[in-house]
Amino acid sequence: MSTLLVLHAVVGVGIVAFGTRLGRRALLLGVLPSAVTLAWLATQLGTLLDGGVVTESLGWAPRLGLSIDLRLDGFAALMVILVAGIGVAVYAYGMRYFPPTAVAVGRLAGLLTLFAGSMLGVVLADHLIVLYTCWELTSITSYLLIGNDHTSAKARAAALHALLVTAGGGLAMLGGFVVLAQATGTYRLSEILAAAPSGRAVDIALVLVLVGVMTKSALYPFHGWLPGAMAAPTPVSAYLHSATMVKAGVYLLARLAPVFAVVGFWRPVLVTVGLVTMIGGGLRALRQTDLKLLLAFGTVSQLGFMALLFGLGTPGAVTAGCVLLLAHGFFKAALFMVVGILDRQTGTRDIHELPPLGRRWRPVLVVAVVSAASMAGLPALFGFVAKEAAYGALIDAGLGGTWFVVGCLVAASAITTAYSIRFVWGAFYRSRRDSPAGVGDSLQPAPPSVAFLAPAALVAVPTVALGVIPGVLDRLITAAGQSLHSAAGSVHLVVWHGINAALVLSTVAIVGGVVLFVLRNPVGRVLQVGDRLPDGGDAYLAGLRILNAAANRTTGFVQNGSLPIYTAVILLTAAALPVATLLADLPWPGWPEAAADPGHLLVACVIVGAALAAAVVRRRISAVLFLGVTGYGMAALFLIRGAPDLALTQVAIETLSTVMFVLVLRRLPDRFERRSAVSLRAVRVVIAAAVAAGVFVFALVASGNRVADPVSEEMVARAYPDGHGRNIVNVILVDFRALDTAGEITVLAAAAIGAVALARAGRRPPALRSSPSATAPPLPEIEERP
Amino acid sequence: MTPTPTPRPMEHLVILDRSVRVLFHPVLIASLYLLFVGHNQPGGGFVGGLVAGAAVAMRYVAGGIEEVRRLSRFRPWTILGAGLLLSFVIASVPLLAGDEILETALFENEVPILGTVKATSAVFFDLGVYLLVVGLVLMVFEAFGDEPEQRTTPPTEERG
Repeated sequence: MSTLLVLHAVVGVGIVAFGTRLGRRALLLGVLPSAVTLAWLATQLGTLLDGGVVTESLGWAPRLGLSIDLRLDGFAALMVILVAGIGVAVYAYGMRYFPPTAVAVGRLAGLLTLFAGSMLGVVLADHLIVLYTCWELTSITSYLLIGNDHTSAKARAAALHALLVTAGGGLAMLGGFVVLAQATGTYRLSEILAAAPSGRAVDIALVLVLVGVMTKSALYPFHGWLPGAMAAPTPVSAYLHSATMVKAGVYLLARLAPVFAVVGFWRPVLVTVGLVTMIGGGLRALRQTDLKLLLAFGTVSQLGFMALLFGLGTPGAVTAGCVLLLAHGFFKAALFMVVGILDRQTGTRDIHELPPLGRRWRPVLVVAVVSAASMAGLPALFGFVAKEAAYGALIDAGLGGTWFVVGCLVAASAITTAYSIRFVWGAFYRSRRDSPAGVGDSLQPAPPSVAFLAPAALVAVPTVALGVIPGVLDRLITAAGQSLHSAAGSVHLVVWHGINAALVLSTVAIVGGVVLFVLRNPVGRVLQVGDRLPDGGDAYLAGLRILNAAANRTTGFVQNGSLPIYTAVILLTAAALPVATLLADLPWPGWPEAAADPGHLLVACVIVGAALAAAVVRRRISAVLFLGVTGYGMAALFLIRGAPDLALTQVAIETLSTVMFVLVLRRLPDRFERRSAVSLRAVRVVIAAAVAAGVFVFALVASGNRVADPVSEEMVARAYPDGHGRNIVNVILVDFRALDTAGEITVLAAAAIGAVALARAGRRPPALRSSPSATAPPLPEIEERP
Repeated sequence: MTPTPTPRPMEHLVILDRSVRVLFHPVLIASLYLLFVGHNQPGGGFVGGLVAGAAVAMRYVAGGIEEVRRLSRFRPWTILGAGLLLSFVIASVPLLAGDEILETALFENEVPILGTVKATSAVFFDLGVYLLVVGLVLMVFEAFGDEPEQRTTPPTEERG
């Protein structure tokens, strides 16, 4: 399993780094990991169908409790089918969706692969930290994919909105994860679920995790980012924003609910959120004229449905949720692909602008009708099976208020039916009524090529096939349900249950939907009111404004631009804090024996003299040289005390920093500015003296009051046997404390980049603002070779 | 005290130029020596990198930024990035072997002439540090080392 993740990462990064010139052909490369994943899943299917589990564990820092634990069970397999299966179809679709000369398709292909890998990581992860990391990686790849057209301000804003909401929710979720792990003593999801912790802390953790779930799955009130994300190219929307990424939230919910649904607030919250999302999203979908936005709000609505089912956490509900998860993935991906086809062939996806489409468009019509009918829950289609299972599970669950919930569900389903009809009507029939009769086929937009339609048609096949013979899924759904809920029985999916409550409810919903559609004009006028209500998007904008204002105020206060004040604050804090604690109880250790050594005294005098000189000289260059003398003096002290390593480093640092000082000084006036007022200088002298005294006392007291054995003794003892080196300093740097070193060199690299960026600010050529073109932008000046 | 004149890199002083050229390679070799003996004697990647940086600084004093740019085919940030990458790759290699991250491996080999050579994977980690420090020094020269007069815009003060 880890090999699959690495494969995704390598191929994805490879395409992003080197494959941009491949253009659209990069998609052929990017699809490979998904295809391999599908093949691998096929080999594991036997184990999974028998209720088995495939696990893998890679300990990468076991002492920190960090390991990469992966776990494939029946439910994860369902998600893998969506991620890899829909993924392959989306890549194939992208081959025709993007014109051969499209900009940045290579990068998009690489990002899609990286996304697929991250999503795979989310569903396979058994370790909460791994899950969180992959979760945020999907947010980041989603951000990059929505904003792939970086020249569009709208796409950039939508990308940022999606990132801030989903990554912010992810952070809340991380907090919840940590609390859960502290409560159970393990970060392994399967063990946490088995332990089923409870208590006040766990309740808070669950709220935090639910925030992550709701942001990721675009549930009310966090749904605002999903419609905006439709700025992404349609293959991306079909893949990330309907079939996979937005399901990460409900995926986690499904894992947690069977154990935590007994917590008092869980079911009321999730049922409310689910119903509000279902009905709110559905009503917004009814109002859309942009077919893609209609589907986006439809997705919000369906996600609410899934959250409701999985959130209940009863055996029947989670099983029904599994069926719905799969059904939604198939019909919604196909519908998105149909919108993309319409958009490409006619140049619009607005139902008021779409031209009449004739007989030659019939194959597209068939795919759209089948998928929309499945969404509406018409019999003999997969969506119907899912909906029947959902009604059945709700009635069987026997929870309080069942009939209210079922009533809302029927209403929401009626709305779903209405917007499904609206989709097909808007795409194919509305324009026929307006257009003059007898428009020839020749004047109509060309229908899509076979290769363009084939992926959509292929994704629609399961919708029909599983609608007619759902029984083939019995074992998979049973395995998935049992991996979520231990009490889940074996499932038997059939088309015809006989005349029962579920069938009656389905019929009511369908008839209600047709009525809603027929009465669309009066209904629309009522719904206009809803457009003026504030929603998640407004809250997001208001939040951004408040954040910006607060940041402005804070920055204005904290960074007032005065270097002396900064220095004074930093130095006083550094000196005052340790000394304040010392003053409470000052154990004076006496002078160290080294103080009496005449050699030391001599060097110390040189250092002190040079330091004083540096403070009083008028020329900058002299001050720098005197500073250098203090540094070399320190090196001499190190040498006398038997630390040649430190002395060597000190000399090298001192030499280079003097050179660098000189480089900067060339840009500054030769002399320091005129002396400031006496009172101000007095303040500076007092601060300097206080800091010096504080540091001096602290250093003496701290080194003279050792209570524990020095850690260096153990390091000296272990340097050669463990670190294979006799230079203890170096062994500490590259072995014992190598993690620190790795962190430090990262900081160094960042500092170096920052220094170059600062020094070169304002030198960027304006060429970067030129219009986007297929060729690489002109190199900035910084890259030019002399 | 006597004021020290500001270095003027663009002025060519033949004696300085020649002596720097003579010294440059020995100093570089010394820096490599420091890098490789570092595990058992004073030295190490950080010091080695700084000494190499000092060698670069000599070339700068003699010939200015052009002289420094001529030293390497690679741009400073490439060297910096290569160093960082090398260190992190070396740090992660033990993971593949099922060990913990940053675990040091020991290699002991009989090499003709030299006899038994002991090396640890930490040397390569240190090599990354060395490269990073050299890249850092080069980047500082790249950032601040060119003539102030050449700037197309005056150096802008940071806010405040």
